[in-house]
Amino acid sequence: MTDTPVIQLSDLSIGFTGRAGYTLPVLRNIDLTVRPGESIGLVGESGSGKSTVALAAMGYLKRGLRVLNGRATFEGHDMFALNRKELESLRGGHLALIPQNSGQSLTPTLRIGAQLTEALRLHSRLDPSQFSARVLELLGQVRLPDPQAITRRYPHELSGGQQQRVAIAMALAGEPRALLLDEPTTGLDVTTQAHILELLRDLARETGMAMVYVSHDLGAIARVCDRVVVMYAGEVVMEGSARQVLTAPTHPYARGLLASIPKLSDPHLPMALGGRPPAPGGAGDGCAFVDRCALASDLCRTSRPMLAPGPGGAPVRCHHADRADTLPMTSTGDHAARAEVGTAPVLSLQDLEIRYSKPGILDRLRGLQDTRPATVDDITITIAKGETLGLVGESGSGKSTILKTIAGLLPPAGGEIRFDGDAPLPRSVEQRGPDHLRRIQLIFQNPDDSLNPRHTIAEILEQPLKLYFGLSGTALQDRCVEILERVRLGGHYLDRLPSQLSGGEKQRVAVARAFAANPDLVLCDEVTSALDVSVQAAVLELLNDLKAAQGTTYVFVSHDLAVVRALSDRVAVLYQGRLCEIGPSAEVYALPSHPYTEVLLGAVLEPDPDTAPKLTADDVIELSPPAKGCPFQRRCPRKIGAKCDTDTPPWQTRDDGHAIRCHIPLDDLHRQQQADS
Amino acid sequence: MSLASIPQNSRLGRTLSVLRDVMSRPSGAVGLCLVVFHLILAVISPYIAPFDYRTMNAAMMLTGPDGVHFLGTDHLGRDVFSRTIQGGREAILVTGIATPIAVAWGGLVGIFFGLIGGRVDEVMMRFVDAFLSLPWILKMLVLIVTFGTGIEVLIPTLAFFYGIPVIRIARAATHDVVARDFVAAARARGHSRMTIMRKELLPNVLDALMVEGAMRWSWMLLAFSSLSFLGFGVSPPTPDWGLMIADARGFMSFAPWGVLGPVIALSTLIIGINLTADALAKALGIDRAQKAPV
Ligand SMILES: Nc1ncnc2c1ncn2[C@@H]1O[C@H](COP(=O)(O)OP(=O)(O)OP(=O)(O)O)[C@@H](O)[C@H]1O
Ligand code: SF4
Ligand code: SF4
Ligand SMILES: [Mg+2]
Repeated sequence: MTDTPVIQLSDLSIGFTGRAGYTLPVLRNIDLTVRPGESIGLVGESGSGKSTVALAAMGYLKRGLRVLNGRATFEGHDMFALNRKELESLRGGHLALIPQNSGQSLTPTLRIGAQLTEALRLHSRLDPSQFSARVLELLGQVRLPDPQAITRRYPHELSGGQQQRVAIAMALAGEPRALLLDEPTTGLDVTTQAHILELLRDLARETGMAMVYVSHDLGAIARVCDRVVVMYAGEVVMEGSARQVLTAPTHPYARGLLASIPKLSDPHLPMALGGRPPAPGGAGDGCAFVDRCALASDLCRTSRPMLAPGPGGAPVRCHHADRADTLPMTSTGDHAARAEVGTAPVLSLQDLEIRYSKPGILDRLRGLQDTRPATVDDITITIAKGETLGLVGESGSGKSTILKTIAGLLPPAGGEIRFDGDAPLPRSVEQRGPDHLRRIQLIFQNPDDSLNPRHTIAEILEQPLKLYFGLSGTALQDRCVEILERVRLGGHYLDRLPSQLSGGEKQRVAVARAFAANPDLVLCDEVTSALDVSVQAAVLELLNDLKAAQGTTYVFVSHDLAVVRALSDRVAVLYQGRLCEIGPSAEVYALPSHPYTEVLLGAVLEPDPDTAPKLTADDVIELSPPAKGCPFQRRCPRKIGAKCDTDTPPWQTRDDGHAIRCHIPLDDLHRQQQADS
Repeated sequence: MSLASIPQNSRLGRTLSVLRDVMSRPSGAVGLCLVVFHLILAVISPYIAPFDYRTMNAAMMLTGPDGVHFLGTDHLGRDVFSRTIQGGREAILVTGIATPIAVAWGGLVGIFFGLIGGRVDEVMMRFVDAFLSLPWILKMLVLIVTFGTGIEVLIPTLAFFYGIPVIRIARAATHDVVARDFVAAARARGHSRMTIMRKELLPNVLDALMVEGAMRWSWMLLAFSSLSFLGFGVSPPTPDWGLMIADARGFMSFAPWGVLGPVIALSTLIIGINLTADALAKALGIDRAQKAPV
């Protein structure tokens, strides 16, 4: 291995010309050196310029951007001086990029084998007769089971994780010496994500290629990278070994970022990083972080700090790096008020069964029942007033389905929903009374989808206010402003469209719309998963404060176990639409766990270089639950035999309300799990 | 009222900002200029044409372009330039009336099926597909042969045929919007179906229909000219691009100007509309690649 850099960015500044004709920088003086075999993580919130850096290393600039200063080289080639042809021969060959959602960017109409062959034809020097053997080798290299069968499949016949593996195999086809990855696991399930990261780690070690890994997820970075570069507002603010950055960050922003991450090991609500980064060109003469920094002094306002070795030796861009250790980097939890949990049940689900499939017309005429297993079945949960119930499970486990059914958008096939001790709720919204509709509100995952892009914020907030309270005129206007202020936005947002707001602001508007109805029960469906970590912390804090102030009850759905832990009083774990485990948060996150919960907990990535995920089950996606026995039978690492295939496991309930549904007696389970950890 | 004082997100404000966006794209600026040029020409051409389009001149048949007859004369000695600049009036009038009708009825039907969904919707779409798979000229000829030619037949015929592909687009757009969470949110709040349709659905579907309308217009112009070319559209001596091309075709080898004038006029208008539609789609954030090619 030589020490000549593979990728080198020197003093690179990239910018665009703004409306007023000024040049606005997006990247400022980036220096980055990547050596062979090295894995570098680029972190920062959205808009910090991390993707721009990765693309610049490929010699690519988004429309409107241009190089203001500096160079980007790959193995000595100046990437911005090469002509189109030379660039194309490098890209995809020795220098490959795996973009976000690359699994979905596979050509849907071509078989996997054909796509890989095409990649080989373009980027490798192999003889065509060797292609098919190489395709199998590549698929094996990304640990896909039965490569021969995979080559004949179409992308939609693979799970998200498998698609991502194929995308990685495509990138490997050109035998790259450097691999750039832009958020390669965002949007994948925890277990899948952990598996992909292990794969990337191993690949880097086996092939000696350099990797640049762009992510906002410090947990993922901690897992694969040797060195971490923290970016803020287009600048590198800190750089160092993964251990240095994650355990002893010397830049205030890096510390704030760490404190805003919910951690499995920490039951507290994460700490939000107030404010937002400056717009391009808005950083002024001083430090770009000055408006959000607790250590800011007059010096910070007037002079821009340089990247210089700080305490511990790692380069840091801060005047007061020596005092950074006074700032917290884990959540203290003091900032969060806890609400009282009452005893009166607000919502109770009894034997809830939900099906998407309807029996065909012929079957209905013949009076036949649908024999396929229901998507969601056998859900019995009671939620007390003021309580937050967390609902976790992998994608497709039926979390959203259950929320939609509670909200009346999807009538259940069986069982009943009782609200506030009343008679069972009518099955669909159309049959429910206005009071029930008002008291149950739903917040969706992605505000881009749940806010009508053609409505202004005022129109969005007016809808529930007009509908439920008949407000109009100045009363309506005043109330809108009041609600906006409650979610820490101001009246000046009223005339804006959702597209003119940042992701976090949009989600606040969605929260505001739900709370405009004065609800008793709020159903939150992955409300923070489309958001940056620092913004996520702020939205979680907001939800927690609103709840403490109004005694609202939440059902909080998420695939992120750490987020659920931070907010929930009780947690229910769902697999294939069936409950596996339910109990007080502290109990569910402690042993003994249901074997599925154990798998989920093992796959969680912590922003800590010393914890490795424990991968005990394969990351297969099951398409439908088994007809009988335990729903987890096909993936369970602790399966005890035929009993699991045939008999529905019993609920084993302990005094504190912690219940696990498994054939293994709790004491045995506890002993086994303790022995393994 | 100055432009700056219009609230940015009001309806007028939005229209203006979309227009500005269209104009800021090269395709939009060029396209819109071409379209506006043709529209103005259609209105003023009778007043600026140097010759009467009917005036024949047996002594001046098929003469080449010169300072008097910029585009020469046709086989009856009529001025090709005067006929060319007036040759789009009929086409623009007919298609200009038929397009909004087509978009309106196709849009309504499409939204209706998109909303009810299920089996009825599927079956209806099979009919639409079957209908679309027939060659359009055949369908059109059957109707024209049955009901005769002339504006009063052409407008409803074109409006009918070109409304059918709009059904598909409107239905697809409706499906897209109905699947989005803001519609689910409105349902969960308990708004009535009418409110959801008017407030949540229509504003989003109308964008797609507007772009679709522009596309339909250019197709319709082409169809109208083809019908004229075949002798089923405008009757002589009214100048019309399709008819002019048909008439001049026989003399193309030695008098190409007779074809050149109307061809350039027709293609600049159609290209203009297409460029505008493209820019409009981009300005409205609609991905044209997804739209069904018809
Ligand atoms: N409209 C639908 N028609 C048929 N099946 C559906 C439909 N929506 C969801 N499903 C299926 O129902 C199951 C549960 O889906 P659901 O969306 O509730 O999962 P989820 O736990 O919310 O997943 P995610 O974490 O991906 O949001 C999945 O198998 C899914 O494929
Ligand atoms: S330079 Fe000043 S404002 Fe900037 S991060 Fe350091 S202490 Fe904070
Ligand atoms: S019942 Fe069997 S298959 Fe199911 S979780 Fe327990 S051990 Fe595993
Ligand atoms: Mg979901």
